[in-house]
Amino acid sequence: MSSTLPLAVAQQSHTALFMFMAFVAATLVITYFSARKSSGSAGYFAAGRRITGWQNGLAVAGDYMSAASFLGIAGMIAFKGYDGFMYSVGFLVAYLTVLLIVAEPLRNAGKYTMADVLAYRLSPRPVRALASLSTLTVSTFYMIAQMVGAGALVKLLLPGVSYEVAVAGVGVLMIVYVVFGGMLATTWVQIIKAVLLMCGTLFLSVLVLKHFNFDISKFFDAISHVPVKSADGTVVTKDFLQPGLVYGAAVNPWGPLDLISLGLALIGGTAGLPHILIRFYTVPDAKTARVSVVWAMLIIGAFYIMTTFLGFGAATILTPENIVVGGKPTDNMAAPLLAHFLGGEVFFAFISAVAFATILAVVAGLTISASTSFAHDFYSNVLHHGKETKPGEEVLVARITAFVVGAIAIFLAIKLQTVNVAFLVGLAFAVAASANLPVIVLSIFWRRFNTAGAVTGLAVGLVASIVLIIISPSVMSLDGKGLINATPLFPLKNPGIVSIPLGFLAAIIATLCTREPAAEARFTEMEVRANTGLGAEKAVSH
Amino acid sequence: MPPSDPHNRDLTPESAAPTDIAPLGRDTVPAHERTADEEKAMADWDAIAADPDFKSLLASKARFIVPATVFFLAYYLALPILVGWFPNLMTKEAFGGLNWAYVFAFSQFIMAWVVAFLYVAAAAGWDKQAAALLAKFRK
Repeated sequence: MSSTLPLAVAQQSHTALFMFMAFVAATLVITYFSARKSSGSAGYFAAGRRITGWQNGLAVAGDYMSAASFLGIAGMIAFKGYDGFMYSVGFLVAYLTVLLIVAEPLRNAGKYTMADVLAYRLSPRPVRALASLSTLTVSTFYMIAQMVGAGALVKLLLPGVSYEVAVAGVGVLMIVYVVFGGMLATTWVQIIKAVLLMCGTLFLSVLVLKHFNFDISKFFDAISHVPVKSADGTVVTKDFLQPGLVYGAAVNPWGPLDLISLGLALIGGTAGLPHILIRFYTVPDAKTARVSVVWAMLIIGAFYIMTTFLGFGAATILTPENIVVGGKPTDNMAAPLLAHFLGGEVFFAFISAVAFATILAVVAGLTISASTSFAHDFYSNVLHHGKETKPGEEVLVARITAFVVGAIAIFLAIKLQTVNVAFLVGLAFAVAASANLPVIVLSIFWRRFNTAGAVTGLAVGLVASIVLIIISPSVMSLDGKGLINATPLFPLKNPGIVSIPLGFLAAIIATLCTREPAAEARFTEMEVRANTGLGAEKAVSH
Repeated sequence: MPPSDPHNRDLTPESAAPTDIAPLGRDTVPAHERTADEEKAMADWDAIAADPDFKSLLASKARFIVPATVFFLAYYLALPILVGWFPNLMTKEAFGGLNWAYVFAFSQFIMAWVVAFLYVAAAAGWDKQAAALLAKFRK
């Protein structure tokens, strides 16, 4: 099977390309119609606040279910079993933080960006400047990771298309969606992609279960007897339901602590990811925001349960030693190869096309969050004190920013082609959890919170996450896999367990050292708004 | 092109009015462009905040959200703690060939959905309380 596969992949690349082109064509039609209507700031940045609950739920899920989780988690489970499942769990439970703590107050007290909530009662310019910096950091790092992943994936799935062409193609398309279609087009790209991804995953899961004659106990029995080739060439049977193949104390003494640190970054970081938070401004009110989180939780939960079927399915049906491309074990290919084996050529092409659609939609979502934050927070509010000198200026700046961000992302992704950038996703979650989440939570719930606290919290959370990642085994390692060839100074790959408390502590200590009566006075107004929705922005009528 | 145009085969919903941005020199700014200070006079925020109904709304929210948050954090963090430091306990068979580690991980999905639905049910009550509160101040 593994010997014939590369040939089959080459033959089928045209089918996959054709399906991907159909997705691109559909999304461009939507962009064309959106472009004629996304006028004005609320239209461009927040899709006119007219997205419905289930639509936004699909869009949130679409923004969240990246290729890293679709291909990456399936691959991790296929090679390492249970420990990959821990990611799936964290990705869903994280939405309880969003639902219970962040979504509704954010919708009621903000306009376009997460910084709106902070600027509401704090001194706007310093707070927005730092919040914008943090947003741009999270978005661009995450985007580069996605684009490098896209390029690498193309080489595997479509051998006829080069890395550079793939990265430039993804970059140009995302620029077109965001520059011309704004939030409305980006939202519909997410919705279509989420539906395609769910269909593909569901069908593949059913095929896996069919392979075991829909006998769950037979399936689990196979999972506990996976043949794995060890380093000396002998095949040993491993139980893939056993935890600890990656994070176990026997593999790495710091493993269990790293797993907890990862969990903290996931459940805290999701509620601080700018491209997820801005989705709650596209709905008419807080109630719809709430409904959309529940829709997203149903979709995301079902998706991550199914990724375990894909991962365990690949582990049992293909077995890890056959998940090989060009002679090298390639965990990202577990799901596509499983689709090829169970569903044939056309289904393989479909899954490959869905993987590209996924990358494209996620980078578009990241681009619009970066450009909205730059235009609304930095340009309009920090540089121009919240006044537009010309009508439509803020939207124009956002469009130019989207173009520049896209161009920089293409350039960096091509430059970083050979670098392992997987740690950038971890960095994005760590910054979101350590810088953004503490200041959002304290600003909503703590009357005494002030500007000094917000600025210090954002800065310390941002710097702590970046520094701890740079000195962690993800970047510093002696085996030549890291960017820096040195002994890591920090033992954990995930900095959350240190950086999140640091972010909270910095914000609290700086607040207690200073007094800002104006910020405290405005807390009453914000509390009434956040809890009643009074004065919150409604859908744009016409 | 107006949305009622029969030749307009537009797939997406109408998003925004063409002029939702304040032109220079216009006296009244659209609602969504007002700053917090400009909206200070929009409602008597202090009076609403001092109202006993508002206080009971906040208390009712806190009664649900605080325990629910503590519960889901504890339930979630118990998974990596048990799996990481008590692997012998978690690899014991629960039922049907499944170990406790898998059963507990799977139960996290059910837990998240149940807490979400309980929250939505509770929030429907808060919506009513908030609407009644605002109606008092609207007259």
